[in-house]
Amino acid sequence: MKLFQALAARYRYSVILLQQMVKTDFKLRYQGSVLGYFWSLLKPLALFTILYIVFVRFLRFGTGIEFFPIYMLLGIVLWTFFAEVTNQGLISIVNQGDLMRKLNFPRYVIVLATAFSALINLGLNLLVVSVFMLLARVSLHLTVVWVPFLIVELFILALAVAFLLSAMYVRFRDMSHIWEVVLQGAFYATPIIYPINQVPDKYARLLLLLNPMAQIIQDLRHALLTPQARTFEYYFGAGWLRLIPIGIVALLVVISASYFKRRAKYFAEEV
Amino acid sequence: MTKKIAVSIKGVSKNFKLPHERSQTLKRSFLNLFSSSARKYDVQHALRDINLQIEAGEFFGIVGRNGSGKSTLLKILAGIYQPSQGHVEVEGKLVPFIELGVGFNQELTGRENIFLNGALLGFSRTQIESMYADIVAFAELEEFMDQKLKNYSSGMQVRLAFSLASRSQSDVLLIDEVLAVGDADFQRKCFAYFKQLKKTGTTVIFVTHDMDAVREYCTRAALIDGSRIAAIGSADEIATRYTQLFMAPTSDGAVATVGGKRWGDGRLKYQSVSAKHVIETDRLEIRVLAHAELAVSKPVFGFLIKNAAGQPLFGTNTRLKRRSAGDIGAGEQIELVWSVPYIFSEGTHSVELAIEDDVLVVCDWWEEAAMFNVQRESRSPYLLDPTVELELNRS
Repeated sequence: MKLFQALAARYRYSVILLQQMVKTDFKLRYQGSVLGYFWSLLKPLALFTILYIVFVRFLRFGTGIEFFPIYMLLGIVLWTFFAEVTNQGLISIVNQGDLMRKLNFPRYVIVLATAFSALINLGLNLLVVSVFMLLARVSLHLTVVWVPFLIVELFILALAVAFLLSAMYVRFRDMSHIWEVVLQGAFYATPIIYPINQVPDKYARLLLLLNPMAQIIQDLRHALLTPQARTFEYYFGAGWLRLIPIGIVALLVVISASYFKRRAKYFAEEV
Repeated sequence: MTKKIAVSIKGVSKNFKLPHERSQTLKRSFLNLFSSSARKYDVQHALRDINLQIEAGEFFGIVGRNGSGKSTLLKILAGIYQPSQGHVEVEGKLVPFIELGVGFNQELTGRENIFLNGALLGFSRTQIESMYADIVAFAELEEFMDQKLKNYSSGMQVRLAFSLASRSQSDVLLIDEVLAVGDADFQRKCFAYFKQLKKTGTTVIFVTHDMDAVREYCTRAALIDGSRIAAIGSADEIATRYTQLFMAPTSDGAVATVGGKRWGDGRLKYQSVSAKHVIETDRLEIRVLAHAELAVSKPVFGFLIKNAAGQPLFGTNTRLKRRSAGDIGAGEQIELVWSVPYIFSEGTHSVELAIEDDVLVVCDWWEEAAMFNVQRESRSPYLLDPTVELELNRS
């Protein structure tokens, strides 16, 4: 209890600031647009429709996997979240340069705020996914208990990348272009629109599934939709190996946090 | 009784690295890893070895020319910049007041901005709610709270920001020239707030160009010149030192005419001056005519009367009189007529004239611009000899 109070006192300012910043961000995001918040639902749905027509209808991806359209939609929704947190996070510190030069406040709040407002969007999008699941009569298994943990892992991963990128962007303005390309490549390197079992080579599969995003997406599909979503565990057993993606996330967190912390002191002069 | 030290600045220096060319790209920093000319930047010493102790309850002024490093010092105190050397210790909570309305969002309503800006100042939602009515009333913006900030005038925004910022409870307050904005009414509110701060014993660090404000509010002050502390002393001493800084020949002023008796950059110069006793009204009339060689923004005209011994008797200027002539364009002429009561003692008096621009750069400073001789029936040993009426009733 004492510890909790001490923590609450220490982070009181950050929490107040975070609340207001998330609120502002959310209010401003679709201000002046007719459809408003619906855009955060419409955008992934539109992307889904395009990919569905191209890959499922024309190219016949995912035959033999039950609920493949929802399977794909879930992947897109999760990827959209990752892309949003990292893209918005990347520019967040530089965008708030004016504030940074005039006020001393915990810098991480800015990145955190963009991540939380993306999290709200993710929540809305997952709501859409669950509506589709209901319509398709997907039956839930006990594996569903993993969902919150996987979402937390996703959040931490996206946040770690965003912190690293935002601090780097202050010094290296190339980062925005680099990240744009990397993100596009990573979209195809992650089994989002194709099922992983269509990758013929065993080592290529290993390489693909070492990517924490692939691990998270596959595990979530596995937990929510169908055991036909092949996970890391399925291919490489339940041994220590399967902790590698989580280890990568942990490593990223350590690197990103220490780099951000070291650079944050100088944001005001460098931004 | 030793007073508690509120802010202690120990050996603080700050260097900025200014790159020769923009090297904010990965390619450059990658190449720089291998090239011998990796450190291609100038080092700018913004502050050098600053040592300062500010006691609790002091109203401490920091003055200096533009670019002397005072704003950097303030930002280091506020924790925005990290000192390159040395460190700062602050006792209690410090609130920076560096710019009003930082974090205001033009797309949000006034009401929403109060909560957002309040959060930046460290107020929770419930705290803001409890003082919301006061904040709005103080800013006199009751009818506008549901309008977007972009529809506010700049004065309204400043009022809202000030109203909010003045709620912050702090042990140490940093104030950076917030007085420069707002109309006369708003400035009155600011001064009232300062007076209240002084009464409640809040430690205030005040950065300004306004020497009148320094004299009026500050208990002590420091003059920063050329990145160093040039002097620490009473508000009066420092204000005088500061003014003297501008009497030195300006390095950039090409037309500077530095002499023993007249100097300034000559953009705006006195052409003629007369000082004479008007018998009918028994007042001294100082009539001056000034001509602008170049445009000068909001010049301040002033005069000082000295007696034969060179003792300054009194003086004033258009800023103190709150009468601005506005911006003067090149080639324009302006006439001023000062009328002061004829209260001088016998002897020769001199009139010293000055024109400064709005940032206190001296355009024309003219000692002994005019002389006038006062003759009295009886000699008075005092500095002044005003007309004294006497009524004597003996019963």
